Amino acid sequence: MILDFERPIKELEARIGELHRLAGESEGLQAEISRLEEALAAARRRIFTNLSPYQRVQVARHPDRPNFRAYRDALADDFYELSGDRAHGEDHAVRGGFARLKRGGHNVVLIGHDKGSDVESRVRGNFGMAHPEGYRKVRRLYDLAARFSMPVVTLVDTPGAFAGRQAEERGQAWAISEDLMALARSPVPIVCVIIGEGGSGGALAMCAADYVGMLENSYLSVIAPEACASIIFRDPGRAAEAAAAMKITARDLKQHEIVDEVLDEPLGGAHNEPETAIESVGSALERVLPELATIDPSSLIKRRYERYRRIGNHAMRNGTA
Amino acid sequence: MDAVFTKCERCGQPIYEKDLAARFNVCPHCEFHYPLPAPQRVRLLTDRGSFETRDDGLFASDPLGFEGYEDRLQKARQKTGLDDAILSGVGTVGGRRVALAVMDFRFIGGSMGSVVGEKVARTVERAYAEEIPLVIVSASGGARMFEGVYSLMQLAKTSVALSRYVEGSWPYISILTDPTFGGVTASFATAADVVLAEPGARIGFAGARVIEQTTRERLPEGFQTAEFQREHGMVDRIVHRLALRDDLERLLGFVA
Repeated sequence: MILDFERPIKELEARIGELHRLAGESEGLQAEISRLEEALAAARRRIFTNLSPYQRVQVARHPDRPNFRAYRDALADDFYELSGDRAHGEDHAVRGGFARLKRGGHNVVLIGHDKGSDVESRVRGNFGMAHPEGYRKVRRLYDLAARFSMPVVTLVDTPGAFAGRQAEERGQAWAISEDLMALARSPVPIVCVIIGEGGSGGALAMCAADYVGMLENSYLSVIAPEACASIIFRDPGRAAEAAAAMKITARDLKQHEIVDEVLDEPLGGAHNEPETAIESVGSALERVLPELATIDPSSLIKRRYERYRRIGNHAMRNGTA
Repeated sequence: MDAVFTKCERCGQPIYEKDLAARFNVCPHCEFHYPLPAPQRVRLLTDRGSFETRDDGLFASDPLGFEGYEDRLQKARQKTGLDDAILSGVGTVGGRRVALAVMDFRFIGGSMGSVVGEKVARTVERAYAEEIPLVIVSASGGARMFEGVYSLMQLAKTSVALSRYVEGSWPYISILTDPTFGGVTASFATAADVVLAEPGARIGFAGARVIEQTTRERLPEGFQTAEFQREHGMVDRIVHRLALRDDLERLLGFVA
């Protein structure tokens, strides 16, 4: 899939490919190829350093963007997957288990939304939108992490918790709320990276953490920009404005002190060079996990309390209106 | 509300305004529960003259400079006489001191922004510090979009506050009224020891309209009502508004 604003880049890439094919062994076309390669690098820089918030949302949703499976396979040398919520069923929209990270050799409980990688797996994982059984499985995994003193690493990538009849019948709101309560009192480090979409409560249930990193083209939002536009502006076509107004990009959230760090993506977005984006997340985990490991459980809980207790206080004023 | 008579939106019967007010906005013919402003809810639940408001004078600023937000806030303040969509304080119920917070749907749909999150957190912390029961009455369409991610983070704020309170042995009782949805149900409103709900109250995560639009599912009759939620195991008891105070007093007699 090619995003609209990527088109100039894709056209240059196609022309360069074509010239390479024509040039064969001859060196006659080399000068033209070099010229186009420079133009390509310039176009990438120009386009990807000036993405609007809504364009970043589109990058975050790109079907070729590396997903949970790509990170899991690249970052863990063993992933021992666990399944089920012990009450209703298994939800493939969110996966988790014990993992040994290649870098640093840490044992962690690794959890992530799984958007899938082809039609079959995307449908199976409901496009990363979990049902209550998914959030209840997550809750089980949080409890196991606490029991075995293992840090939790979450990779967030969801449009949101699923909005459907069965999700409601099985208590979607209750399941999310339990996760938030479990995170709040967990005695082990909670490390979160938002790798793509951070859709509302369904994302927050996995990112009320001690460290929250965001890939530079990921987003975290209380509601999808399209839905916000249709409710507030009564026009879903104004999604780009809603995305800008709600301050949902990694840089905005860092500036508002909601997240700790913006993790670089390769120029052109994670989907263009998945290894580089995965590397960026892997090195952040390698750095953050040992730092948090030195903090004792009660201090961790206290720090987490203070961190989330404070948010929004500067969005109020005292006195009379 | 100048007219002496009004007509029930549910059953169509004429109602004396003062009868409706005396019955805390419950139709005397069909028992339909209309939304109840927070100050009246406080009067319904607490012993006469016992309630003291706390946390007054906290006002939402417009942290993102969101188009139209200041205007909506001004209008809501004028309409309700409240600072934001919640009243908080302490009072007694049957002589027992409780920390109480009551949401008001009239104020921008009872949406939760920084002020609602802060007042809920302060109420929880007050109950924790004073070692008294906690009672929160919810009425909310969800998070307040005008505050963007700050509104989302109120779910985390209220949850951390509650997570400490529930380690003690004092009860948290949540009362869900029409409607309670979104960020409020996905955080403090459902994380209680006992969850009560008013008859017919609509309670859920996503609204029925959103579900119908996204999944094109036909939703069953009575979907997301308090009765539906009780049948699905999510709510402990359905309590008529006019019986709520006695019910709460009874419950506190067991757990407080």
